[in-house]
Amino acid sequence: MNSHLTATGSAYFMEAKKQAEETHTLAVIVDNQPGVLARVIGLFSGRGYNIDSLTVSETQHERHVSRITIVTTGTRPVLEQIKNQLSRMVPVHSVADLTEQGNTLSRELAMVKVSGTGEKRMEALRLADAFRARVIDATTESFIFELTGKPDKIDQFISLMVPLGLIEVARTGVAGISRGAEAMKV
Amino acid sequence: MAAGDLMTGAEIVLKALADQGVEHVFGYPGGAVLPIYDEIFQQDKVQHILVRHEQGATHAAEGYARSTGKCGVVIATSGPGATNCVTGLTDALLDSIPMVVISGQVPTHLIGNDAFQECDTVGITRPCTKHNWLVKDVNDLARILHEAFHVATHGRPGPVVVDVPKDVQFAKGKYVGPKNIEHPTYRPRVKPDQSLIRQAVDLIATARKPILYTGGGIINSGVTASRLLREFVKMTGIPITSTLMGLGAFPGSGKEWLGMLGMHGTYEANMTMHGCDVMICIGARFDDRITGRLDAFAPHSRKIHIDIDPSSINKTVPVDIAIAGDAAHALEDLIRVWKARNAALDKKALAEWWTQIDKWRARDSLRYRANKDVIMPQYAIQRLYELTRGRDTYITTEVGQHQMWAAQFYKFEEPNRLMTSGGLGTMGYGLPAAVGVQVAHPKSLVIDIAGDASVQMTMQEMATAVQFKLPIKIFILNNHYMGMVRQWQQLLHGNRLSHSYSESLPDFVKMAEAFGGVGIRASKPDELDAKIKQMIDAPHPVLFDCEVMNVANCFPMIPSGKAHNDMILGEEVADEDVGSIIDAKGAQLV
Repeated sequence: MNSHLTATGSAYFMEAKKQAEETHTLAVIVDNQPGVLARVIGLFSGRGYNIDSLTVSETQHERHVSRITIVTTGTRPVLEQIKNQLSRMVPVHSVADLTEQGNTLSRELAMVKVSGTGEKRMEALRLADAFRARVIDATTESFIFELTGKPDKIDQFISLMVPLGLIEVARTGVAGISRGAEAMKV
Repeated sequence: MAAGDLMTGAEIVLKALADQGVEHVFGYPGGAVLPIYDEIFQQDKVQHILVRHEQGATHAAEGYARSTGKCGVVIATSGPGATNCVTGLTDALLDSIPMVVISGQVPTHLIGNDAFQECDTVGITRPCTKHNWLVKDVNDLARILHEAFHVATHGRPGPVVVDVPKDVQFAKGKYVGPKNIEHPTYRPRVKPDQSLIRQAVDLIATARKPILYTGGGIINSGVTASRLLREFVKMTGIPITSTLMGLGAFPGSGKEWLGMLGMHGTYEANMTMHGCDVMICIGARFDDRITGRLDAFAPHSRKIHIDIDPSSINKTVPVDIAIAGDAAHALEDLIRVWKARNAALDKKALAEWWTQIDKWRARDSLRYRANKDVIMPQYAIQRLYELTRGRDTYITTEVGQHQMWAAQFYKFEEPNRLMTSGGLGTMGYGLPAAVGVQVAHPKSLVIDIAGDASVQMTMQEMATAVQFKLPIKIFILNNHYMGMVRQWQQLLHGNRLSHSYSESLPDFVKMAEAFGGVGIRASKPDELDAKIKQMIDAPHPVLFDCEVMNVANCFPMIPSGKAHNDMILGEEVADEDVGSIIDAKGAQLV
């Protein structure tokens, strides 16, 4: 699209506002029914929102309730829209913006496969120890490390493993929960 | 039937419809809904209207719903039956029309096997419904059906789909009634926050140049909302405009009425919006056809937005006071607090505001050049209005120039009287919608104001009208063009009329007769009144071929990308040389 047109303010050529983008972690409590994840993902793709990470699992088996943790990036108004759009979906019980609430714990699990021998292999093992990663599989020329932590800690570990023979990574995505005695409305 | 008896899925469908008070359904049979059709055959509580295409069923259900405030119901078969409903579902989603579509599905053991007439109905309709369900167990069927009606009609209304596999229609299960069906999670807020209402009253009371900008939310809320809106306007003297979907909530003859706003709105409505200092938006959603250029939209205003859907608030236009709640509840609260405070607007300021508005009104922005030899389309609508006013009339429209002329020149006095496709802009909506309206109001006069192009999209529903003796009147403003497409090509694409001429138009009079209806043609202004009267008096479906000035265009117009105070008025441009009024740079903005 011609760039000079974006200055007109037309709804068709609305320039992305020069507002700062923020990354927020949302916890969404939903009925664990068929299609509910497709509904949530469809909302994000259909309206052009970002998904940085999305995890889902049933958290209350008897009540068929699942918790979806979504990490998303957008301007303030877009983040408000995302929360409102999620809240009005029929199978959604509640939406909490964990980042907004502050005091939030975010954790992610990664399994990192590193292949190598000699000094590089020893260095990988030493770093894994420093990061409190566990060895969950080993051959004479490879390790699989299991590591839990904040996403940036995992990012850092993975980047350190690159020169040491990183060949494969599996990550779960982020799960988040707020600190303290209060529980999220279900 | 004694409590505890088992019923087949198909019986449960019909029992649930009857218990929901459904009197009419629009549908089309097919392999995967045959058990339901077998039940329809054996009962007489629910009357089935056989359409000629499932899209027609959905629009008929929309017309039925919008003209009555009830929920429209559609039955369609699997595969193509369901996919043909997608346009109507999307239309209903964008215009917030309550509708339940019950679709057949291949038997559960065949789902996912690419079976004959199988499609992923819940997958396809997920983004175009408020919610949808695939029923895999007959014991869930009754509950889901009642839930479906609940979801479709509560909060912001919308369409839902219940997909019922054929084996579930045959299987026997327990029926539960609609009572005590409370959705576990879906609880939209209807009562507004009272502290926000008080803030809104405070703000309105300080206004010197207020405006009410209302929309379809008032109509969806019910007739009480319209009554309260009128009371509020009377109490405060605030000028009022509305969107296309909101027409009729406030009487078109009322002295505070400014006409419709937006792209083809009146000069006074758009200028008043542009100049206001306090905007009270109720049940409208700042659509791009309304706001025009966003950074110049009502630049000096503080805004109150009342909407039942919180996701509509602060979506495109940030507002100062955001009130989530139902329009009728909010208006009731506003009126109560306003009265309790003895609040009043500054009389002098309001009088000055009205003086200014009257100057804008004096521009007479809907003026057009009268013609003695050829019927001007605006004139045709004016005559139609004059000859039908005072009657119990419902108007539907297709989409295009005729739709905008209908909105500009037909004055709606009551809510639920205009059925039109506002959000999606679905050509072909009006004829089947008229079918639905006439089913709901058999004694009323139902007129589809149509265009020659739109009407051909769902023309086959004439057969439905004839079969069910529905005397709908299809009033075609025939200009031999897709008029709105041509208007944009003239204004914005160098007058290159790419595929917008209606070649090979059918003879609408003969076509009406072929369907078993009545065909009428008018081509001269002096014969128009008599022919319109003939149409009104005909006890049969009528196709009225009104041959109008083919180069007429629809003004005023705000090209999108322009501000409300930057309108093109009809008087500035002859219909013939319309191609030169927007320069090349402006052309790319629309």
